[in-house]
Amino acid sequence: MTPEKWRANGNKMVQLTLPKNSKIHQGKEWNPPPKDAEEGRWRAYRVYRYDPDTDENPRVDTYWVDTFDCGPMVLDALLWIKNNVDSTLTFRRSCREGVCGSCSMNIDGTNTLACTMHAEEAQKETIAIYPLPHMPVVKDLVPDLTHFYAQHRSIEPWLQTDSPTPGKEWRQSREDREKLDGLYECILCACCTTSCPSYWWNGDRYLGPATLLQAYRWMSDSRDEHTGERLDNVEDPFKLYRCRTILNCTKACPKGLNPGKSIASIRALMVERGE
Amino acid sequence: MAEDKLNGAPSVNGRAYPIVDHDYDVVVIGAGGSGLRAVVGCSEAGLRTACITKVFPTRSHTVAAQGGIAASLGNMHPDDWRWHMYDTVKGSDWLGDQDAIEYLCRHAPQAVYELEHWGMPFSRTDQGKILQRAFGGMSVDFGNGQAMRTCAAADRTGHAMLHTMYGQALRHSAEFFIEYFAIDLIMDDEGVCRGVMALCLQDGSLHRFKSKQVILATGGYGRAYFSCTSAHICTGDGNAMVLRAGLPLQDMEFVQFHPTGVYGAGVLITEGARGEGGFLTNGEGERFMERYAPTAKDLASRDVVSRAITIEIREGRGAGPNKEHVYLNLSHLDPKLLAERLPGISESARIFSGVDVTREPIPVLPTVHYNMGGIPTNMHGEVIRPTKGDPDALMPGLMAVGEAACTSVHGANRLGSNSLIDLVVFGRAAALRCAEIAGNGKASAPLPKDAGEKAIARLDHFRYADGDIPTAELRLKMQKTMQTDCAVFRTKESLQQGVKGIREVWAQAKDLKVTDRSLVWNTDLVETLELDNLICQAAVTVNGALNREESRGAHAREDFPKRDDENWMKHTLAYADFDKYTVSLGERPVHSYTLSNEIAYIEPKERVY
Repeated sequence: MTPEKWRANGNKMVQLTLPKNSKIHQGKEWNPPPKDAEEGRWRAYRVYRYDPDTDENPRVDTYWVDTFDCGPMVLDALLWIKNNVDSTLTFRRSCREGVCGSCSMNIDGTNTLACTMHAEEAQKETIAIYPLPHMPVVKDLVPDLTHFYAQHRSIEPWLQTDSPTPGKEWRQSREDREKLDGLYECILCACCTTSCPSYWWNGDRYLGPATLLQAYRWMSDSRDEHTGERLDNVEDPFKLYRCRTILNCTKACPKGLNPGKSIASIRALMVERGE
Repeated sequence: MAEDKLNGAPSVNGRAYPIVDHDYDVVVIGAGGSGLRAVVGCSEAGLRTACITKVFPTRSHTVAAQGGIAASLGNMHPDDWRWHMYDTVKGSDWLGDQDAIEYLCRHAPQAVYELEHWGMPFSRTDQGKILQRAFGGMSVDFGNGQAMRTCAAADRTGHAMLHTMYGQALRHSAEFFIEYFAIDLIMDDEGVCRGVMALCLQDGSLHRFKSKQVILATGGYGRAYFSCTSAHICTGDGNAMVLRAGLPLQDMEFVQFHPTGVYGAGVLITEGARGEGGFLTNGEGERFMERYAPTAKDLASRDVVSRAITIEIREGRGAGPNKEHVYLNLSHLDPKLLAERLPGISESARIFSGVDVTREPIPVLPTVHYNMGGIPTNMHGEVIRPTKGDPDALMPGLMAVGEAACTSVHGANRLGSNSLIDLVVFGRAAALRCAEIAGNGKASAPLPKDAGEKAIARLDHFRYADGDIPTAELRLKMQKTMQTDCAVFRTKESLQQGVKGIREVWAQAKDLKVTDRSLVWNTDLVETLELDNLICQAAVTVNGALNREESRGAHAREDFPKRDDENWMKHTLAYADFDKYTVSLGERPVHSYTLSNEIAYIEPKERVY
């Protein structure tokens, strides 16, 4: 039965409603462009705002950005707004070249880094910007990542060995080193983890794609001698097995990594050692 | 471990600011490479250690380092720390302190092995050893041929290193205070550093850290300039705290321009790109570096290459429609090599200049990159407060490491890949010294009654700043002034212009306007505090540059084109007067001795590449 037919039979979809204080209100329009502005010069940005100091609900403000005066990236537009229109707009940023992972947010419907996303790439004419989904919001576009960091910490992201440490380097073949490519580059931006519906639902206990990719990075390191303990640590119906291979993570990763594959690889290791 | 207690709220300007108190043996400010190495070292020594950082550790600017970390491992050819030392001294244009340089180069190999043992994913040779690549200014046998000494993790060495060190800090259960902004040092009446005041961004609370030692690992201040490879957070907060404490900064006129920042965006393209065989061409397609550095060519020292590019552009041989940049060519290199060793910059070139490096050259321009100057320290990281009788007198309670410090191993010009090694060698050295000074298990004396009130007053002042000039506007004015008047080439006229311009900016800071009055994640306020930090550093930079009437390393005076060892073989000291908006200058002798008798002092000679 199609949903249309189902509804035509008098059935009703479940009506969900958000808690009162999380309903997003229409905010203000800050700087409408001049009436005689050249066509295509000004672009609208709709940005999520939340002020923790008031009891007010979050709102979405509209800003207009002068694209002739602004750099090409979405982060450039945010900085342009902060510098020229509204200095209270709050977001994280640092390296502006895609390596520090600070400016991850939901732009035009996708989790990504504001600093490496060209505004031109946005599908919609008006660019909507929200904080990373399903995380507690501290202020505006700043989510609270404390739990995310604690999860990363829980997989013990450091080399663990029992053999006596050599006087010089541990030897590692180029082939073994290559196994870390696609894993060590993770910048902990949390774009993948916060795009995962399983994580939205079970984020308290499911480790999520970023942390599991990091776990697999250490399992894949030929120098590490604690793969068994590492597998024990994640062998849990929630920590590892809440992945439903939705693969939003891989689609979202701004560094082109494949956390979904890492999770599958950990599961394969589990099967292997079970045999 | 630490005693946290909520304290009575001091009243500032009629407003109450409740304070949370902490007590530690060591407080490290900053969680980049040097800060994390110090944190790990102090934790290992059993010291009660806190690390305050304004961004999550792996977002510190060390993460953006690309090419590598220098150490004479000898994995590609026989190597010797003395050769590394010779190169570093020559790179510094003889302004580096040779005892500290010896310390750096001797300890470098062990520091790299330590990172490897911690799990850092270095690229490998066919024998499975750490891969080392060619970098500018690195030679074998005291200047006889190019060395391959720079240990690399593809072109993401800083990222690999910082994440590895963060893991070690977690392993040692170091206590982090993440997204805390350090407002100011706490000094007592005897001029001893006793701790630091910080603002927690997450909830807007104020924190007073009492500690036996404070280690400033706050990085450089690239954001004093309009175009820099530095991250937005590179505002030299520790340097500014030192100036406010009445202490001097050293050699601040030496600002390194990296030859290859992406034209327009300013993001970095590693020197390793030239180390792997890339070369520069001007608008006429000429490999112009052959004219400026016949032997080293594109792998001459950074100051040399940046000057060469600037001259090419100035003399009308730039590339592009406005002849405003030159090209970095990589398309002749094997795509496999580009993918294996330079994947990060291939991605950056695509994103920021739309270039496919396997086919087209990258438009590049010299871009502000690194501050050789900073807080004067000895080789143990202890901050120097020179007195009349003793140019090396120590400042109790305060240390500095990393780019914030001027130890001085980089002198007038840092060699590429000597920064990352500086971070770990001196981060470790500072921790070892902390264990000696602060590891006695005794409690430190109570803080003075009004401890931290000045810092709160500073915070309150800017929080309610209600003048006419928005922070972004004044910041832009400062950045443009520095970019125009204190650039690759300098003259008396340009620098006088710069001194005047920065003084105006400094005076205008009292007329700043902050809109956001809140305390939770108030980035309007934090950016204003950072701007306030930047302005005094810009002032000492441009004043020091005007004063130094010679050309040495990164400081190129067109009116004084020669190095002048007779008059200027000395460190500049600069003090800031915050009431009069002026800078006063002093000097300190360069150490003309080494640490051991295994190498003699390297006598100054002409610096050619």
